[in-house]
Amino acid sequence: MSNIAVADAAPPPTAAKPFMMRLGAGFVSRLVIIVPYLWLLFFFLVPFVIVFKISLSQTAIAMPPYTPVLDFRDGISGFFTGFRDLNFDNYVWLTQDALYFRAYLTSVVIAAISTVLTLLVGYPIAYGMARAPATIRPTLLMLVILPFWTSFLIRVYAWIGILKPEGLLNQLLLSLHIINQPLVILNTYTAIFIGIVYSYLPFMVLPLYSSLEKMDYSLIEAAKDLGCPPTAAFWKITFPLSLPGVIAGCLLVFIPAVGEFVIPDLLGGSQTLMIGKTLWNEFFANRDWPVSSAVAVILLLLLIVPIVLFQHAQARAQEQDK
Amino acid sequence: MKSLGSIRRDFTPWKDPNAKPYIQFDKVTKKFGDFTAVNNLSLTIFEREFFALLGASGCGKSTLLRMLAGFEEPTAGRILLDGQDLRGIPPYRRPVNMMFQSYALFPHMTVENNIAFGLRQEGMPKPDIQKRVAEMLKLVKLEQFAKRKPHQLSGGQRQRVALARSVAKRPKVLLLDEPLGALDKKLREETQFELMDLQQELGLTFVVVTHDQEEAMTMADRIAIMDKGEVMQVATPPEVYEAPTSRFVAHFVGNVNMFEGKIAEQSANTTRITGPSGAQIVVENGGAAARADANIVFAIRPEKIRVSSKKPVDAVNALEGEVYDIAYLGDMTVYHVRLDDGQIVRASALNAARVTEDPLTWNDRAWVSFRPDAGVVLAR
Amino acid sequence: MNTTWSRFNITSITLGFAFLYLPIVLLVVFSFNESKLVTVWGGFSTKWYVSLFHNQGLMDAAWVTIRVGLISATVATVLGTMGALALTRYTRFRGRVLFSGMIFAPLVMPDVITGLSLLLLFVAIGMDRGMTTVILAHITFTMCFVAVVVQSRLVSFDRSLEEAAMDLGAPPVKTFFQITLPVILPAIVSGWMLAFTLSLDDLVIASFASGPGATTLPMKIYSQVRLGVTPEINAACTLLIAIVTIGVIIASVANKRREVQRQLDERAAQRG
Repeated sequence: MSNIAVADAAPPPTAAKPFMMRLGAGFVSRLVIIVPYLWLLFFFLVPFVIVFKISLSQTAIAMPPYTPVLDFRDGISGFFTGFRDLNFDNYVWLTQDALYFRAYLTSVVIAAISTVLTLLVGYPIAYGMARAPATIRPTLLMLVILPFWTSFLIRVYAWIGILKPEGLLNQLLLSLHIINQPLVILNTYTAIFIGIVYSYLPFMVLPLYSSLEKMDYSLIEAAKDLGCPPTAAFWKITFPLSLPGVIAGCLLVFIPAVGEFVIPDLLGGSQTLMIGKTLWNEFFANRDWPVSSAVAVILLLLLIVPIVLFQHAQARAQEQDK
Repeated sequence: MKSLGSIRRDFTPWKDPNAKPYIQFDKVTKKFGDFTAVNNLSLTIFEREFFALLGASGCGKSTLLRMLAGFEEPTAGRILLDGQDLRGIPPYRRPVNMMFQSYALFPHMTVENNIAFGLRQEGMPKPDIQKRVAEMLKLVKLEQFAKRKPHQLSGGQRQRVALARSVAKRPKVLLLDEPLGALDKKLREETQFELMDLQQELGLTFVVVTHDQEEAMTMADRIAIMDKGEVMQVATPPEVYEAPTSRFVAHFVGNVNMFEGKIAEQSANTTRITGPSGAQIVVENGGAAARADANIVFAIRPEKIRVSSKKPVDAVNALEGEVYDIAYLGDMTVYHVRLDDGQIVRASALNAARVTEDPLTWNDRAWVSFRPDAGVVLAR
Repeated sequence: MNTTWSRFNITSITLGFAFLYLPIVLLVVFSFNESKLVTVWGGFSTKWYVSLFHNQGLMDAAWVTIRVGLISATVATVLGTMGALALTRYTRFRGRVLFSGMIFAPLVMPDVITGLSLLLLFVAIGMDRGMTTVILAHITFTMCFVAVVVQSRLVSFDRSLEEAAMDLGAPPVKTFFQITLPVILPAIVSGWMLAFTLSLDDLVIASFASGPGATTLPMKIYSQVRLGVTPEINAACTLLIAIVTIGVIIASVANKRREVQRQLDERAAQRG
């Protein structure tokens, strides 16, 4: 019955032919698809193919610094003979060197722990915002978004001055006689956690807030009315209903955090190991393009599952908005 | 000749075999994937007619309207307007305009720019546009709101802007999709009469989609009652109410009591019907002609049934039962009487006097009675 | 119904915002520090701002960044809006799944991967690296953000507005420019602002995509930060923060004014 009702109000989207196309403006409306499609194909998808290709090449002291180059300088036959030189040596190398395995592992672990920490910090904020008087909610929302507009680099940089051994945090704790020795936080994993939680907090709060704000407060009142104490009402009603926000927020934090470069580089120092930094060093310091390509390919494979999950969540949210 | 109910005015082109149809749906089918919204439907609408498409949501009435406007193309069949096949003509080249259910007022334009939008598209000279817009504003009594934006108007005002915008181009046909759906009850009743006056004044053909039977009955010359993409009956409001041709229509418009039965005997003027429990009903001929012994339904409106504590001496049809429920509604009282065979009959009595002598109450024995011409026999 | 705003809620919001804003506030405060040490207060001074404006390297980088931001944000807004239209308006076309994947994936793609892959593309097609390549890279990753912002507006767009326009005689292209575009314009503008800020902000992708002579401000700041924390950098950061904050505040105040006016209008309309 319900699907029939929908059909009357507006024809089901699956059946409705693209409206403008049908009306003879076919070419113009096709451009709307074709132009961004081609752009993304060329600047987003093709580059990944190239990354994969180069990850199968060997380093060379040349420009570009890998071989075979696989172009048509030697004609078609040269292009195809080049294929024989492609191999999986770089991947073998990655598995043999424990450094890479450890970098991947710590990246995933750090990203996971940071995601949980961000959720723990972000949930009370989002919850408080959603329960705030409706008049000040837009202001609170703006305050959460505002840091996001200021430079990521600057926000990470700001923490250096705070976390340094002679930094503001240590000065404060020493003057309050809470500690006698300055704490070493900068250039440790703790600093990375702080940096990720701080930088990605808006990404967690926003989806949480939007799912909590949509929730009808009378549900909680109904639960209480039916004899459910507040804490139980939270776990049985509020939290399950905010799960889409939780999932979206966690993915938005976890995926970029795994490949994060700026935070481990500036706050983590040289002792900490994360894959984004490893890739950067492999590329810029060692100029080993094939190996850094292989590192990127494996990182991408590692992230494909969460990225697909993220896309699904986006598509579903879009469906619900309709 | 007896006529059904009251006739509003002398406008009955559908009775004239020589009248030229203005809008014709010719065996039109519309499918959305597997779902058939409109099924092999044929329908004729005449010039200057106020025509209503009435049905529950999902019956295909909006799809019909959207096909006329050009937003959907029929999967099969033809739609003709003034003799011209509309197939392939995009909405922006069709001489019909639509008033949308949501009004669809352009939020970034003032009232006058909204009204002028269609005129600008056809390249009308500026002074003429101004004149026409002023005329339209006067017509819907919104002169002092010309410079406002839609969000600065009340619901009723927005409705009138939408109306003015859709008639500004003087379309051959005005399509109205639930034109009064968003208004509250009181405003709706007022606006119904305004719409009728406007249609008279402009001499346009109106096709209105509605799910509100009262609205359709009030405004329309004829009503098409739709169900599952098919037209169940096309008739004037009194015919629809007093002479429905099917159980669906009888049920859909107003309240009705249905008696299942078989035709026992048919004479020149009357038909005798036997109910399952053996009760006899005599009805005047009319309605559906059916063979003797055929299974039929006798449909009768509640207000045509009398309830009394004693059997009326002159009644041709009287059935005995017990008062099961009473609802006092002020202007009338509705009785539910459970007949001795178990069927519940709904009867309504106008409260013509302030006090009732010998009032019936719950569980009283009671008689329901009605005249032989009070109901219709339905074969389907 | 007004829900109770409990002490717990107020506390968590206060602490949360303190966490979000304290580091930025400290950074701003120490940009006015007399002392060369960033963490020891030596009295108020604006000398670092003066020296900042004499730092030709930083100024050049700022200029590059602004040009890159303006161009890439504008192109990205056009492409992203088209992408959003394609996603919401065309429910079925060949490769739609791939297309929506390419729109959503860059939102979460680690910068190092995007940067590396774009660089390798530029090398493969023999394109000299410089400002052009940075612009191309920025268009690619910011257009997806624009697409998402515009798309979320398009989803709630009342299609009957377009139908009404066509019904009144406007052909599709005219309908788009006279009705659709003006109505979704606020979303397009915020998409542009987002793209501009992301471009202004980006370090990693720019580092990969740029070549000699095209150093952006984040790249410059990064290279100086690696050498040590200086008040001059604090001053540069403060200026950037000030510009963005003023921009956002102006935008939101204008927005709020419009909203308040709208509510007043609506109330007035209700009264008749």
